[in-house]
Amino acid sequence: MSFKRIFSFFLLVLTLSVASLPAFANEGAKEAKEGEKFNASEVIFGHISDAHEWHFFTAGDFHATLPLPVILYSPTKGLSVFSSSAFGHEGHREEHEGYRLVDEDYKKELNSKGMGEADVKAMKVGSVVAADGSKVYDFSITKNVLSMFLSVILLILIMTSVAKKYKKNGVMTAPSGFQNAIEPILVFVRDEVAKPNLGTKKYARFMPLLLTVFFFIWINNLLGLFPAGANLTGNIAVTGCLALVSFLVMVFNGNKHFWGHLLNPPGVPIGVKLILVPIEIISLFIKPIALMIRLFANILAGHIIILSIVSIIFIFGKMGANPGGGFGFSIISVAFSIFMFCLELLVGAIQAFIFTNLTAVFIGQAIEEGHHHADENGFDHAHSNEEIIL
Amino acid sequence: MGLLTPELGLFVWTLIAFLVVLVILRKAAWKPILKMLNERETGIAESIAAADRVKKEMSVMQAENEKLMAQAREERSQMLKEAKETKDRIVTEAKEQAKAEANKIIVDAQQQIQQQKLAAMTEVKNEIGNLAVEVAEKIIRKQLSSADAQNSYASLLAEEIKLN
Repeated sequence: MSFKRIFSFFLLVLTLSVASLPAFANEGAKEAKEGEKFNASEVIFGHISDAHEWHFFTAGDFHATLPLPVILYSPTKGLSVFSSSAFGHEGHREEHEGYRLVDEDYKKELNSKGMGEADVKAMKVGSVVAADGSKVYDFSITKNVLSMFLSVILLILIMTSVAKKYKKNGVMTAPSGFQNAIEPILVFVRDEVAKPNLGTKKYARFMPLLLTVFFFIWINNLLGLFPAGANLTGNIAVTGCLALVSFLVMVFNGNKHFWGHLLNPPGVPIGVKLILVPIEIISLFIKPIALMIRLFANILAGHIIILSIVSIIFIFGKMGANPGGGFGFSIISVAFSIFMFCLELLVGAIQAFIFTNLTAVFIGQAIEEGHHHADENGFDHAHSNEEIIL
Repeated sequence: MGLLTPELGLFVWTLIAFLVVLVILRKAAWKPILKMLNERETGIAESIAAADRVKKEMSVMQAENEKLMAQAREERSQMLKEAKETKDRIVTEAKEQAKAEANKIIVDAQQQIQQQKLAAMTEVKNEIGNLAVEVAEKIIRKQLSSADAQNSYASLLAEEIKLN
């Protein structure tokens, strides 16, 4: 594609985006009715947090939302399953089966009932609480969970169809179609991630895990970029779960050499050992925490930046007497968000790769055979370059 | 802060979903695909190795062919040289034989000529002797009609014998 064509395409996108602005402006106007001022943080947090219903867009008073199943377990009341539409619409929330979806109105209500300020503040907007204040375990199919299920179905469909193609075309045929898109990634994970970190003999055992981690994170990163998509990999519960899986794999595959070096480093004086061993144990736990926070923060930051850039349009639109400022700034805003979307596409793939690679590095350290020892001065060198980076 | 506290429900669902994907894809996708990839790679490596082997064999064969060709060329030149030598020898032998034959013929011819010459000379001598005897007889018959003449002649002959 020539530069001219790229440029005209860019212009077209810009014009279309500006033309579709009234729809955005509507949402802005609605916000304005409620709070007079455009509350960017509320909009942004609404987009990046999990929700019990999937909200696509709002036009005037019409809310295009998909109600999702709510599954609650309370030690006193047992299991209850119902649709999230039972909680009513946004701005008109109501109690159902003794449960309530927390929103700002409910918080005000609780405040007026004389509940502690700190307790009310600690309540998460969008979470479900019991009206009598008892403990509730929320296993609802939320927006994030549904999005994850979609990604799981997609992933299984894509990968099994690719596997079928391999079986159909035989071994010695050149890959074609989607198979051709997946194969280089597969080979990359095998040759650049698994083999160098896990060793050519042991890597095969961990390949399914690494591939699943990579594609699971990547596809969810990409799905999160869709407008109204769920911010799944930018949720700490999800990244924490993935990090826990790689941590458990690392711990359960750790060999004698690994634990020996960790708990009783050879050739280290006892005084140093007292300092070193706690640090080593802390570093063991810091590894999965670093994995968790890296992915979470990267994806979340991307979402927040894009939403902030879009929000600037409405902030500017609210500033003057007429929304002209918003229209004017929208050109810059849209250009920025296009840039950010492209960047996020890249970040989505890079973060999936980094998570996979570090998982491989950690497992590699745990299964490494003892081929190096502390030198005569008692200094144990770093296990690998990656450890220094971490 | 709300963002940093993980929700239990999402955590559990993620764990379930991830493990389900892991188990399903491990069996239905990753293992067969990786197996196929490995098979293909070993297949390609084997093909390349086989091609290399054939190439090596070809080059060995070519070297052998060249050696054979060189040998053949050498043999040919050797044969040509031998043939030339044989030819030269035959020609020389033939020449010498011819020369010897010619010499022999010449010698024979000379001998014959000599013999014939001798024979002719003997004949001529005999003839001349006969003629001389006849002439001498005739002369003697005429001259020796007298006793004196006879005596003088006898003494003359005696003289002649002494001189011989």
